[in-house]
Formats: sequence, C-alpha cells, structure tokens
Amino acid sequence: TDCAGEEYWVDSRTVYIGHKEPPPAAEAYIPQRYPDNRIVSSKYTLWNFIPKNLFEQFRRIANFYFLLIFLVQLIIDTPTSPVTSGLPLFFVITVTAIKQGYEDWLRHKADCSINECPVDMVQQGTVVRTQSSKLRVGDVVMVREDETFPCDLLLLSSSHDDGTCYVTTTSLDGESSHKTYYAVPDTMDFKTEQKVDSLHATIECEQPQPDLYKFVGRINIYKEREDPIARSLGAENLLLRGATLKNTEHIYAVAIYTGMDTKMALNYQSKSQKRSAVEKSMNAFLIVYLCILISKAVINTVLKYAWQWSVDRDEPWYNHRTEIDRERHVVIRAFTDFLAFMVLFNYIIPVSMYVTVEMQKFLGSYFIAWDKDMYDEELGVGAQVNTSDLNEELGQVEYVFTDKTGTLTENNMEFIECCVDGHVYIPHAICNGQILSAEHEDLFFRALCLCHTVQVKEEETVDSIKRGIHLGKPTSFYISSSPDEVALVEGMKRLGYTYLRLKDSHMEILNKDDEIERFELLHVLNFDSVRRRMSVIVKSSSGEYLLFCKGADTSIFPRVVSGKVEQVRAREGLRTLCVAYRSLSPVEYEETCHQLDDAKLALQDREQRLAQAYDLIERDFTLLGATAVEDRLQEKAADTIESLQKAGMKVWVLTGDKMETAAATCYASKLFRRSTQILELTKKRTEEQSLHDVLFDLSRTVLRQRTLSGLSVECQDYGLIIDGATLSAVLKPSPESSGSGNYREIFLEISRNCSAVLCCRMAPLQKAQIVKLIKASKEHPITLAIGDGANDVSMILEAHVGIGIMGKEGRQAARNSDYAIPKFKHLKKMLLVHGHLYYVRIAELVQYFFYKNVCFIFPQFLYQFFCGFSQQPLYDTAYLTLYNISFTSLPILLYSLIEKHISIETLKRDPTLYRDVAKNSLLRWPVFLYWTCLGLFNACIFFFGAYFLFDNTTFTSNGQMFGNWTFGTLVFTVLVFTVTLKLALDTHHWTWINHFVIWGSLLFYVIFSLLWGGIIWPFLNYQRMYYVFMQMLSSGPAWLGIILLITISLLPDVVKKVLCRTLWPTATERAQVGRTAT
Amino acid sequence: MMAPSYNAKEEDGHQPGATGHGGAGTMTNKKPDNTAFKQQRLPAWQPILTAGTVLPAFFVIGLIFIPIGVGLFVTSNNIKEFEIDYTGVDMSSPCYNCSQSYSWNNTQSCTCSVHFSLDQPFESNVFMYYGLSNFYQNHRRYVKSRDDSQLNGDKTSLQSPSKECEPYRSSDKPIAPCGAIANSLFNDTLELYYIDPNGSRTAIPLVKKGIAWWTDKHVKFRNPSGNNNLTVVFQGTSKPVNWRKPVFELDPLDSDNNGFINEDFIVWMRTAALPTFRKLYCIIQKKPNNMTPTLPRGEYILEVTYNYPVRSFDGRKRMILSTISWMGGKNPFLGIAYITVGSVCFCLGLVLLSIHYRYGKRNNSAEISS
Repeated sequence: TDCAGEEYWVDSRTVYIGHKEPPPAAEAYIPQRYPDNRIVSSKYTLWNFIPKNLFEQFRRIANFYFLLIFLVQLIIDTPTSPVTSGLPLFFVITVTAIKQGYEDWLRHKADCSINECPVDMVQQGTVVRTQSSKLRVGDVVMVREDETFPCDLLLLSSSHDDGTCYVTTTSLDGESSHKTYYAVPDTMDFKTEQKVDSLHATIECEQPQPDLYKFVGRINIYKEREDPIARSLGAENLLLRGATLKNTEHIYAVAIYTGMDTKMALNYQSKSQKRSAVEKSMNAFLIVYLCILISKAVINTVLKYAWQWSVDRDEPWYNHRTEIDRERHVVIRAFTDFLAFMVLFNYIIPVSMYVTVEMQKFLGSYFIAWDKDMYDEELGVGAQVNTSDLNEELGQVEYVFTDKTGTLTENNMEFIECCVDGHVYIPHAICNGQILSAEHEDLFFRALCLCHTVQVKEEETVDSIKRGIHLGKPTSFYISSSPDEVALVEGMKRLGYTYLRLKDSHMEILNKDDEIERFELLHVLNFDSVRRRMSVIVKSSSGEYLLFCKGADTSIFPRVVSGKVEQVRAREGLRTLCVAYRSLSPVEYEETCHQLDDAKLALQDREQRLAQAYDLIERDFTLLGATAVEDRLQEKAADTIESLQKAGMKVWVLTGDKMETAAATCYASKLFRRSTQILELTKKRTEEQSLHDVLFDLSRTVLRQRTLSGLSVECQDYGLIIDGATLSAVLKPSPESSGSGNYREIFLEISRNCSAVLCCRMAPLQKAQIVKLIKASKEHPITLAIGDGANDVSMILEAHVGIGIMGKEGRQAARNSDYAIPKFKHLKKMLLVHGHLYYVRIAELVQYFFYKNVCFIFPQFLYQFFCGFSQQPLYDTAYLTLYNISFTSLPILLYSLIEKHISIETLKRDPTLYRDVAKNSLLRWPVFLYWTCLGLFNACIFFFGAYFLFDNTTFTSNGQMFGNWTFGTLVFTVLVFTVTLKLALDTHHWTWINHFVIWGSLLFYVIFSLLWGGIIWPFLNYQRMYYVFMQMLSSGPAWLGIILLITISLLPDVVKKVLCRTLWPTATERAQVGRTAT
Repeated sequence: MMAPSYNAKEEDGHQPGATGHGGAGTMTNKKPDNTAFKQQRLPAWQPILTAGTVLPAFFVIGLIFIPIGVGLFVTSNNIKEFEIDYTGVDMSSPCYNCSQSYSWNNTQSCTCSVHFSLDQPFESNVFMYYGLSNFYQNHRRYVKSRDDSQLNGDKTSLQSPSKECEPYRSSDKPIAPCGAIANSLFNDTLELYYIDPNGSRTAIPLVKKGIAWWTDKHVKFRNPSGNNNLTVVFQGTSKPVNWRKPVFELDPLDSDNNGFINEDFIVWMRTAALPTFRKLYCIIQKKPNNMTPTLPRGEYILEVTYNYPVRSFDGRKRMILSTISWMGGKNPFLGIAYITVGSVCFCLGLVLLSIHYRYGKRNNSAEISS
C-alpha cells in the first residue's frame, strides 16, 4: 500500500483543513503550493499588452504577410512609400488591439470585482472577512444563503441537521433545480466556528479536472487517541465555484481547488475550432491570388531585364542611375526589383478583407440574437450566438442530425399508463376504484414512489400536499433533472400513491389509504446513460431490505429471472420504463454495502469500480411491470422537418431510445411517411442473416431503384433504421478481411439513397461517430447536429455546425454549441433564412473583394509595359492607401450586413430556395473565375480606355497637356465608380442606409480628391497631385470618357445577369420575379 | 454573474476557439426589440434586373450615346492637325547632319530648316507641340527625380535638394532645379516661317504664355522669394549639368518667365503618362482681324535649333500643329467608342426584346403555375 500511496502524490493533492498538520504518526506533512484564489481571465497586463498583443496579431499569417511587405518597403527602394501598406496595417492592428484591449479591460474589471468580493473565513475560531482572492487551499469558509461559492469547496457541515445543503448551478450548467449536497457524516456536527476550527482532518483528492460532475477524494479525520477515520468523497460533497447556496442558512466548507484550478475556470477554456466552408474557399482563392501575385512579379522582373538589355534603354542619357545603384551586383538588383514588384502588386491581397470579413461576421451575428421570431416567450430566451464564425455555414447544411427527446419532442413527459402483470392501468380509469388487486401491484406502485431522485420543493408542506390532493389541484412541486421521473411520480400520485419527502434519509409515502409509510433510503445507484437504469436500496418499516430498479427494457430484461416479460410490449410513441425488484436478505445487504463502499472509497478508477459493483448488485430481478410515458412532439416539429427535407437536407434522427418509440416519433414528425419504404438494419435482422448479406440486400434494393428512377416519374422514398449494435458492427474494423471499409462504404451508399435515417439505441459517442462518418464520406457534406442534452454534446462538437436547444435537460448542450435556440422549430428560420442570407452575403463579400482588387491592381500591371518595367505606380500614394480602407470598404460591408436578395417570407415559404446555395454554389471555381475575368476585363477597359484617350493628344480646350498622374487619376476615378456601381447593381435591397453609404462613399471619394489636390500640403515632399483632379474634371472629354468607360465595364455583367435570369433562371430568381408580380 | 468574465476567447486566427466574440452570446437574454432594423425589415426599394426593366435602359443608352458619338467624331474630324518628324534619321532629311554631329559640349548650336506645306488653312488659335517618342518620362527613377519644395521656392531645399534628385543633386554646388527631369529639359528651339507665294519669309509670332497650367505657374512653382533679382536668389547653386543657361536666364525676352516659373520648364516638369508624348510648345494666336486664317494654306519653314539628342535611345522628335475644339485635339477614339457602345447597347436592346418576348412569358407562366 505504500507503493500505492506513492502513486497518489503524483496526481492527487492533500489538503490540510485549516492548515493543521496531521498527527506525526499518520503521514508525512508535505506542504504543497497551490495557486491563490485569484481568477485571471484577462490575457494581458498593462506592461505586456503591447508586445504580447502585437506578437499574437502577427502570428496570423495575413498580418505577418503585410508586415513583411511593410518591412520590405522600409528596406529597399520601393515604388510606393511604406505608408501605403503601413497605414492600413497600422489601422487594422490598432483597431484589433483596441478591441482586444477593451475586452481585456472588461475582463480585468470583472476579475477585479470577483477577486475583491468579500468572503467569510474561519480563523482561530472566529469568522474573518477577507477578499476572495486571498483564499488558499485548506482555508475553512463560511457561506451564507444566496451567496456564491468563492472556490471549489468541500462541504463540512451545514445549518441543516442532516448535513445537507441546497445549491443551484444555474450559472454553471443552466439547471435551475435545487441540488442537494451532503456533508460527510463524521464532519457534519462541526456546526459552529469554534467547532469547525477544532476539526483535524486531511483530504486527499484528485488534481483539478474540468468535469463538473466528477470528483473523487478521501477525507481522513483524526481524533485524539483514536484511529483516523477515512471516508470517501464524491461529487455530492463538492460545492462548485459559481454555484449559489439556497434554502440553507449557512455552511462551513473547506477550499479544495482555488483560482484557476476551479472546475468553472477549467471549463470556460475555449473549445471549438471550427472553420466554415466559405473560409476554406477564401483561403484557396487567396493562394491562387498569391500565385498570381508572384507570377506577375516574376514576369515583370524577367521582362524588365530583357527590355533593358541595351544600355540606352537601361540608362538613357536623361536618366542615369546613382553610383551606388550601379555598383550593385545584378543578382541583388534583380532580387530587389522582384521585391519591388511584389510591393507594387501586393494590394491584390487586401489587408482589409480579413477585417471586413471579421466585422461582417461579428456584426452580422447580432441579427440572429435580435430575431424576435426565435424568441421564446415561455423560456424568456432568444437565440444565442456562441461563435459568429459559422454564420454562413448555416446556409450550407446538407445533413441534419437531430436528437429525439427534448429536441424533436417536448421532453415534457406525461404518464399515460402502466402495466402490472399484464393488467393495464390508466390513471383516470383508476379513480373509479377499479383497481384489481394483483400480486405485485402494491409493490409496483411503491417501487415507482421510491425509485427516483425527485426532490420536493421546500415551500410545500406535507399538509398542503395533502390538501392539494384532496382538492384535486394539480400541484406540481416535484423537481428533478429527469422529466420522466417527475412524470412517473406525478402519475403515481394520480394513482393514489404520493411521494411526500425525504426526511432524515427516510422516504415518506402517502398511500391510497391516506397513511404515511416510511422507508429508509440506504443507497441510491444513480442513473447513467451507459447502464440506462437506476436503483435504490431501501429498508421498509418492517425491516425488509428491498432493491428497486427501473430502466429501459433492454437493460432490465437480461437481468430478470422471473416475471412476465412477454407481457410488456412497447406502445407506439410511448416511452417505456420497466420496474423490477429484488429483496435482499440482511447478509446480501451487508455484502452489497461492502461492495458499494469499497467502490466509493476507491481513489482511482472509481467510475469503473462503481460500474462493476452496480453490475453485481443489479441482477436476479423480479419484473414488476412497465410504465408508459408519452413525450409529445414539439410544436411545428413536423413542419420544420418537412421544410428541411424540401430544402434538400437529409435529416437523421439519432436517439438512445428504442426502435419502436423512435420510429413512432419519426412517423409523427413526418420524417417517415406512409409511402416510405423502411429498410431495417437492426440487431434482430443481423441475427437472422449475416451483416454482410443484409447490407448487400439493402444496397441492391436501393440501387435497383436508382437505375429505375431514370425512367419512373415518382421515385420510391426510402427510410433506414439502424441500431447502435449494428452500427458498431458496420464500423468495426475487422482485421481478417479488407471488408470493413467496404461495409462502411455500402452503409454510406445505402444511407445516401435514403431520404431519412433513424439511428436508435445510440450511445452518446456513437452519435459523434455517425457524424464523423458522414463528414468524412467522399462528398464531404456539411453537417449540423442539434440536441439538448449532455449526451448530444459530443455530436454537437463533432458536426460542422452544432446547435444546442435550451431545453429542460440543462444547458450543457447549449453551452457547447455554436448556436443555441429555444425550440426545434427555430431551426427552420435559422437555416432557411439566416443561413441562406448570410451565405449569399459573405459569398458576395469574398468574390467582390477579390474582384475589386483585380480591377485595382491589374491596370498597374499593364502600366509596367508602358513605363519600361520601372515599377512606376499608376496611382498616387493616397489612392493606393485609401482604396481598400475607405473608398470601397463601407458599401461592401453594409451589403454583407443587410443585403436581402429575397424577402424573408419567401425564404420561409419556399424551402427549395435553399438548394440554390447548397454545396457552396456561389464560391465554386467557375464563379470565382467569372469574377476574376470580369475584374480583368474591367481592368483592361480602365487602362486601355484611358490609354486611347491620352494617346498622343490633348483633351483640354486650352491645348494644355496632362501628365501621368492625371492618367492614373482618370483610371482610378473610373475604377472607384465602376466597382461601387457594380455593387449597386448587385444590391437587391435598397434601404436608405444603402443609398446613404453607396452614394456617400462616391461623394467622399470626390470630396477627398478635391481636397487632396486642392492645396499644397505643407508636410509632404511631393505635390504631384496638386490640382490634377480639378484639371481633369474641367475637361469635357474626361467626363465623357469616364462615363463611357464605366458603361462599358458594367455592360457585360448586366447582360450576363439579364440573360441568365431570362434563359436559365434559378429558383431564387423566379421567386424574386414572383414577388414583384404579386 | 461570473460567466461573462470567462469569455476570454482568443481573437487571433490560430488559437483554438479563436472564433468569435462574446457579444451576442453573452448578452442577457431579453426580448429582442421589434424594430425594423433589428428584424431586418427596413423598407426598401427592391429592383431586379430583368430583360423587361433593362430593355428601356439599353435603348436609352443607345439613343444617347450614338448622337454624342457622332458629335464627337465630327468634331474630331474637323480638327486640323499637322505633324512632321524632324529627327533626321534619313540621310535625306534636313536635320540629318545636326543629328549626327551631336555633342553636349558643342557651344555653337546646329540649326536646320524643315520645309513643309499645309493643304488646308488652320483657323482660330493654332497650338504648336513638340513630340517625343520612346522617351520614358514615366520611368520611376525619372518621375521621382525632382524636389517639389525646391520648385515651390523653399530656400532650404534650394541649398540642399532632396535625396531623390540623385545623381542630379549637386555638381560642386547644389543644382537648381535638381533632378533628372529638370536636367533633361527639352531645349530645341522651333521657329515657324510662312513663305509667301512671292517667296518672302514671314516669321509667325509664337506666344509662350498660357502653355502651362495656371495653378502650376502661379502656385505650385515659385521662385525663391526675397529678392527680385533672380541672379542673387540663385546664388550658391549651379545649373543642371546639361543646361547651357542657368535657370534664371531661360527666357531672355520676358523677365517674368524666368527661374522656376518658366512655362517651358513647367510644361516639361509635368511628366507624361506614356513614352510617346507631346508637349505644348507655344500658341499661334488667331489674327485680330479674323479675316485671314491663322495659318493659311501654303509653304512653311520650320527652323530648328537642334540641341536635343534622341538618336541614342532610338527616339523621335516631332513638331505638331493642331487646332483645338472644346473636346481638345484630334482624337477619333472617343467618338468611335461612343458610337460603338451606343450601337451595341441598341442591338442588345433588340436581342433582349426578342428574348423577353420568347422566354419572359414562359417564365411568368411557369411561375404562376408553380
């Protein structure tokens, strides 16, 4: 055991309560150092903000690229001043830094208020008030009612005599029910400051870990001249930071985990790193543009050296190099030239794109949170956006994986009937006193009244409960984390057996003769999703030991030795729970206790050992009967599913429930129709036939249909049902044959041809496995998972988009999701409206950004052919700098925020419109190519238009000539107007804001140009733009030229749009026309 | 209460959970405002580009552009322009000798006379240009080789010109005006003579005023102030290497046209956009009586003082005479482009019209039936 003890020190900690050393005999006092209770959620301090923030920002590849360009500009003699890239970069970095700084300041403030929050600490037998941050591991604290726990505490004693206290963990996991926490019996008498100060004990427990619901530890209590007592500690003893004490006057507890070690702090670390498909396309486009950029620079460098081969071209008499330049080696010169070209063309990858995309996502997500259609009056919550990075992914979903209970259904259980020994009881019928006295009937009802973890609301007194029953008032005063239990207990109440309360570990039941029966609650074998059952061990007043167990039929039946198993049949759409019991002899009970205590005391692998113990205890049952609980479908669930299917999404239901119930729900929610041919891939079938044959059978059925469907008009609709066991067989890699991958493929092939798939009997991890399987299939579809419970978290995290429902089973799903909505029906608006709109918006944003920068930079490339490849910029520095950050930035940002190419009503009414944007259709290569070609065409028009206008002639009425800056300004003016008007042509939704921003930004350009050329700027060393813009505007042909070039540039796009719309209209375009027609 | 403080999400792109923002997510959930903006229901004009709506626009554009184009084309055609190359590349050309025997150090200038005849009389004001080809005024090294503050009359810049002017920054004293542009000032002198039918030569008066932008002459280019005597002002500076005269003696005839505000100099300093360019040399003003044309048809002699070497870089020098309309010099491009675009629009309008009739109906009916 010494060795084992050694091990503990590695991954466990020892806490000395009140910092008292253990008696020398017990163990060695090893002072350990723990962090103080200071919460540090901020990233920066005043001193490290600038370097750390800069470092973090420049780790981003884009920022780093611009920094490189900027440095190159500083070092070599470049065509454009470093300001042109330095200023936008500085702007972007500053804006980001300010935003992050502000957020960090908020965090500092929050940290500060938390860290300075007063805490009552027990020192030398008195209560001392200190700041929360001063708390250390081992300190004993007193917490009063409605106070929040300052750190993770181990409950020592409470003002309640039974050593319990009530806690809500709303701020942790959203569950508003009161949970009961227990003090170890040996410490619960230390109820005053003085007493608690005299407590001499150490606690061994595991090192901090983020799981909120797990804790293992052991407390050693030393008493004078007695052997130390060891007691096991579990999650039920641990009070978590952030939870609030309720209905308990005060408690004493000892700090176990402090500061950043608390479970809450460990839990709020960032989790998901999901990238949207749009972002991937964007990165691919960026790489293309980077290649274009590099090849442009290479081409120009090569041409430059070819062109200036002769000295008279390189250095004509009027344009000599400096001596230093001349002495440079030709390779260095060529390299410098290459870099200079890179600098000249670097604007093709716009620094502002990232900022705009980020702002779009950030600001755009507010529309989701603001949507009143997704607000639920009952719950008082609206949609929540946990990450704004995936807004557009909502418009790309191809597979929807939904949980059943609580997601498709209300999770509002109603007890419908029960069946004891084949007799069916329905609550209303029984009121007439028709109860048949069956063999196990009494026991069955008692079992249901005892075997649960329901709490009774404290406010209700026993008397009032009695009164309620007699008055027939439907008082609902039971609270539980599982709605089934409440439904069952309430159902029992209607059948005459009322559970009153748990007092002094005695459960009190009011039976139908109005007598109170008391059972001593000895052990609770809690429910878990692996076992799918729970048990209690009670001692009746007659001294009999009884083990009651209730659970899913599959988890009970194998353990039943007697009872009429065949009588219990699942009813359609009802959730069935079986109840069984076993009576224990005192010897058996002792043994059971021993097993349980052993497992509970274990410090390592406690979970596993508990499971083993449960497995041993829960056996040899006698079946009592079964209950049926109905779970109603959520409002508009069927309509939502129908819309999603019409929108081209495949809806899969993944549930832990059994096949019959789940299938019933699927029919009710119109996932399966009457015409749907159901293909079963279940354990039952694979027992008859080998998995191999079944799979091939099904695939043949499906494929035959597909070959026929070319001819037939109406194609057969298939629905697949698969259960967890078969699924794991399908997915199991079998070493002996190469068939495993094959099975997988066949399964995918079958499911691909099914309009709906139901997976029942799924373990939480299997849900994630399915999502992963589909994600990795060869089309790489975009998946969405939606669920409400903790068992859906894994699939929510796995899917491309995870949506949590803020349901009854706590907020764990909502917390881990990317978006959270109150009800399943809101998914329709989320995907069909918001997803569609966001996708269209961001697709245009991305394409437009590349387009406008091709238009911007390509003329500059062309100009190199006419200026001896000398890297002479076409545009003035101010224009180069401001093009992306002010002249053309706002209209596209606004477009990407409020564009609505089609009305929200139409989108909702016609789900098929969603197919128009499916599979990233607006960002595929042909579309990208079209935009790029349009950009190149426009650039050529700008440049050569201006070229022919300038060709060796004047276009002023006083005969004076214009120079190269006028040339550039002309091109730039046409450019700014064209790209802005192109966006105006793409805008389908002109609110006053659009008018304001589009015309405003054009006006801003004109005003800026007038001002920029209007005065001699005192601090600039060049005045090249002086009066250039005004002179240009004073010339009639310049105006005519600008109008002409803008017209030519926009013409092809308009023609293309009109032709496509008329000849090959998409559904969206038809709907748009329909809208105006009506 | 504490949850928001933990939204310490990374903002940079690499970190896990870099995603996002705490904004909407951590907002206390209260009922959203029912405002038009927040519910995305702002009243809006919703135009759609269909064949039907675009059609009229195309016809209108066609109908407006074609007349404008015709007008521009006619105007451009009415402009008279005469161009003569006097580089002297051919043995037969009169300036051949001058172009061959060129050296910067020549103190005596080489002159040549080029004969030409105008077939048509040039009415109104005639503008005389010199044109250069294959001359890269837009080369980066060249464009930036100037000091605008020196040219604006700044005294410190006069004494220590900008680094950009290298290698034309200083010889032994600082050069004024510095830089490659100034150094390569076009210095041929052109004179025009009309040969009367009786054989006598009449010099045609060439006016140098008004060839540079007004703002350049009066604001952007300034002589250093302080003294009316430019010789004193420019003391301590040296002339550009290739110049024969210092900057303050550029125009011996007009004292207000010396120094940095010399109009020929200003015209040259506005660097051309393309390697083949022309620059305004002077204006031949119309005769006051208005009875005879400014340049009647007949024989002319162009007297060239040949100073400017272009043969080394394969350049060409031209003299251009041109009249000017409201739309500037002769440039058929704009007129032709307008006519073309106008007709294309018109044709597209017709095509769309037929498409609109054949397919538009079908789509509408399909819409209704669905």
